[in-house]
Amino acid sequence: MSALLDIEDLVVEYVSDERSVRGADRVSFSIAPGEILGLAGESGCGKSTVANAIMRLLKEPARISGGSIRFDGRDVLQMSADELRSWRWRETAMVFQSAMNSLNPVMRIADQIIDVLRTHNSMSRAAARAEAARLMELVRIDPDRLKAYPHQLSGGQRQRVVIAMACALRPRLLILDEPTTALDVVVQQEILAQIKDLQKEFGFSVLFITHDMSLMLELSDRIGVMYAGRIVELAPARELKNGARHAYTQALLGAFPSITGPRRRLTGLAEGTRFTDIGDLVEVAPGHFVAPGDATLKTEEL
Amino acid sequence: MASTKTEALATTPKRGSRGGARLFRNLGRNGKAIAGVAILVVFIAAAFLAPVFFPDDPSRILSGGATPPSLEHLLGTTAKGQDVLALTLWGARSSLLVGFLAGILATLVAILVGLAGAYFGGVLDDILSLATNVFLLIPGLPLLVILAAFMPPGLGTVVIVLVITGWAGGARILRSQGLSIRGKDYVAASIVAGERPLRIMLRDILPNMASIVMSTLLGCIIGSIGAQAGLEFLGLGDSNTISWGTNLFWATSDGSLMLGQWWIFVPSGLAIALVAFALALCNYAVDEITNPRLRKPRRAASANAPTLVTVGADDGKGTSA
Amino acid sequence: MRFILRRLGFYLVAFWLSITLNFLLPRLMPGDPVSRMLSRSQGQLDPSQIDSLRRLLGVDDRPWWEQYPEYLWRVLSGDLGISISRFPTPVTEVIGSQLPWTLLLGFTSLVIAVIIGNLLGILAAWRRGSVLDSFVPPLLIFLGSFPYFWLAMGLLYVFGIGLGWAPLSHAFSVGLQPSFSGVFISDVAAHLIMPALSIVFVSIGGWMLAMRNTMIGTNSEDYILMAEAKGLRPSRIMFAYASRNAMLPAVTNIGMSIGFIVGGALLTEVVFAYPGVGYQLMAAVQGLDYPLMQGMFLTITGAVLLANFLIDIIYVRLDPRVRVS
Repeated sequence: MSALLDIEDLVVEYVSDERSVRGADRVSFSIAPGEILGLAGESGCGKSTVANAIMRLLKEPARISGGSIRFDGRDVLQMSADELRSWRWRETAMVFQSAMNSLNPVMRIADQIIDVLRTHNSMSRAAARAEAARLMELVRIDPDRLKAYPHQLSGGQRQRVVIAMACALRPRLLILDEPTTALDVVVQQEILAQIKDLQKEFGFSVLFITHDMSLMLELSDRIGVMYAGRIVELAPARELKNGARHAYTQALLGAFPSITGPRRRLTGLAEGTRFTDIGDLVEVAPGHFVAPGDATLKTEEL
Repeated sequence: MASTKTEALATTPKRGSRGGARLFRNLGRNGKAIAGVAILVVFIAAAFLAPVFFPDDPSRILSGGATPPSLEHLLGTTAKGQDVLALTLWGARSSLLVGFLAGILATLVAILVGLAGAYFGGVLDDILSLATNVFLLIPGLPLLVILAAFMPPGLGTVVIVLVITGWAGGARILRSQGLSIRGKDYVAASIVAGERPLRIMLRDILPNMASIVMSTLLGCIIGSIGAQAGLEFLGLGDSNTISWGTNLFWATSDGSLMLGQWWIFVPSGLAIALVAFALALCNYAVDEITNPRLRKPRRAASANAPTLVTVGADDGKGTSA
Repeated sequence: MRFILRRLGFYLVAFWLSITLNFLLPRLMPGDPVSRMLSRSQGQLDPSQIDSLRRLLGVDDRPWWEQYPEYLWRVLSGDLGISISRFPTPVTEVIGSQLPWTLLLGFTSLVIAVIIGNLLGILAAWRRGSVLDSFVPPLLIFLGSFPYFWLAMGLLYVFGIGLGWAPLSHAFSVGLQPSFSGVFISDVAAHLIMPALSIVFVSIGGWMLAMRNTMIGTNSEDYILMAEAKGLRPSRIMFAYASRNAMLPAVTNIGMSIGFIVGGALLTEVVFAYPGVGYQLMAAVQGLDYPLMQGMFLTITGAVLLANFLIDIIYVRLDPRVRVS
């Protein structure tokens, strides 16, 4: 089965007068139709950079200076502005981290959803409104709330609205950039459950980005771990949980306390640990890739 | 004129005035700031050198009437036979002095009111905010007129009146910035450590507002120069001094405009504009330094162009809007 | 609603303070303003004038707690005294005939400057680094550095006297009867162009720069990024998403700038002999016509406060966060 999204050797650079920094350094992975891929890593590792690069949303001084991004065979990097605009949201949609900031504060929810519907399909206002109501029901919000402004909804409601908006055109790939980071734990669960339901119903692929490993393990089919702009490990979720090979992944997993099971000492990376010269991924087991490389690392007990 | 000040971001807060020093260093590299300062230096030099070029009293009334520019009088003469260039150079002294003095004083008042309100909060803040808002709202020129009309004429009156009408704008901005800094942890630390309020305000809060204070100062000076010109144009200034505003006042009452004697009213107005523009350039530069987003982008681009792709090409060609 | 009521309360306080200031000034200032006026007018005032002046300026011997309520009452019932330079016309009558022209000039200039300035600012922010973004703002700032009245003089000189394109003074041609006819209105418009333009030229730079800077900030907001991700048309993003939000601070700025525009209008009227409140200003100042100056201050302040109140109402309509809280 050919991949839906195929990223190969992607390089994103932030260019300034003095120097340029690589936000993403030869990143390669692919997502199959209907698959949920999680991308984990600490703040600044480049996962958001990659996510935004896919839809070409990065602003100056960022530029994509290497590699390729193919969506169902189409080269995204070669698309013209118009092609890109009609491709966006229809084929790939994105849910940003903070729903409060992603919604236009002076526009009613209804209008923001209708915007999408009428721009991409030629629908009448009435038909668009009806569809918007259906979308709200999909995420279990009273369609009456369509009249409201973003600040009048709760955090969880806003996030669900944004998810509904993302599904409006039934895209084949949904990118979720830290969708639950700004929410409390209880709401987090609801949102995740919602996403799982929608994925089962519509069968879209998901690129799920977070720094919360436990969430990731719960939801994803496969997981990629990023560090300093490179992928250090890529494996099916179950395999990663029990048999992580890269030291960084192990440290990441070790830092999360488990509610069940016996109490154990947490381990993590010692201060000053750096991974340098991260090599390209090498397959160590079927479907399990690890990056070789030097690491002056010590684990220490936290 | 509407405010051009954006909410400048406070630079990373530090103890002491390292923030202020960095600002000046960056200004030294900014083209606009250099141009602005250069123009100011020229005018200040002109003001100092006026007695050197024209040692006689330029307001002496001579015969001869208004004559256009000539070799003898580079900018011509007024209806009273006075040399326009002399009047303009001498005028710089009063205009710049009053403008800068009133601007500095207004800024000091603004700092006092703004910081006190931000720091102490409570009822004091309510009262000061009310006063600030009222003075912001009451239209400047009419207030200026009645204040100046009731006070005895003279330079002191002009300065006082300019300060009264000019402090409020800065006070509001300084207060809001002061509030945001006051909420920071290191200020709380100082308070808990028992430092005196004045010390905290001067050592912790003020230095980190260097760029805003600078902007306020520049804005106040610009405002003072303009307001002074307006006052003098109406005849409320000190009629014994020579300044750009009074030059324009006499130009109008002598009917120079209607008689087509452009050389009489152009120089003083141009001088005011150039000084105000130089100060505005400096303000622009301060804005750009503190808010990097305002700087000139490396290439012209539409706001929502897709990410630039430079794969393979060395000259940056790629799919972009 | 509570927001509106609070603002209204504030404006009433501000107006009351203005009246009080008017009351206090002549009584606090050193010297006797009446004697100063007398020496200025060289004994041309007759006893009834002097007497009414004395009462108005409080230079009689009654205690202030008697004078203040009386003054308050008089002002609020519309009695602002008798004008000295236009004796015996009451101040309210003098100002009443002039105020409409000032309002016309101020309002027209404000609307033109606001609309064009903000549009330019939006376009400049949309295309950073273009000519509009790099060169036009400094140019307009330079233009804005000129004092209002000087630019007025310049325009009058170049276009009025030099080229003879526009009328030199007054609001409408001598001899024309005021009416709502097309002839009259176009005549008024012709006389309005240059005074209005001089105010517009000076103030437009400020609007453009403020809107441009606000838009640059708005353009980096997350909801704009989301709008792009949604694949919306650029024009829709620019107007319905970005401008609609950037407009809010601009509306607040309008309120704050009304005071400046009015000041500019007053000075411009002097140059163009435009028969608004400012036209008489120079003469009033020269003749130390205190009642007129005080009346002018109060009326202008009242008008500015009223305008600000209207702006607040508009703001509430535009920002749902304020409306519904």
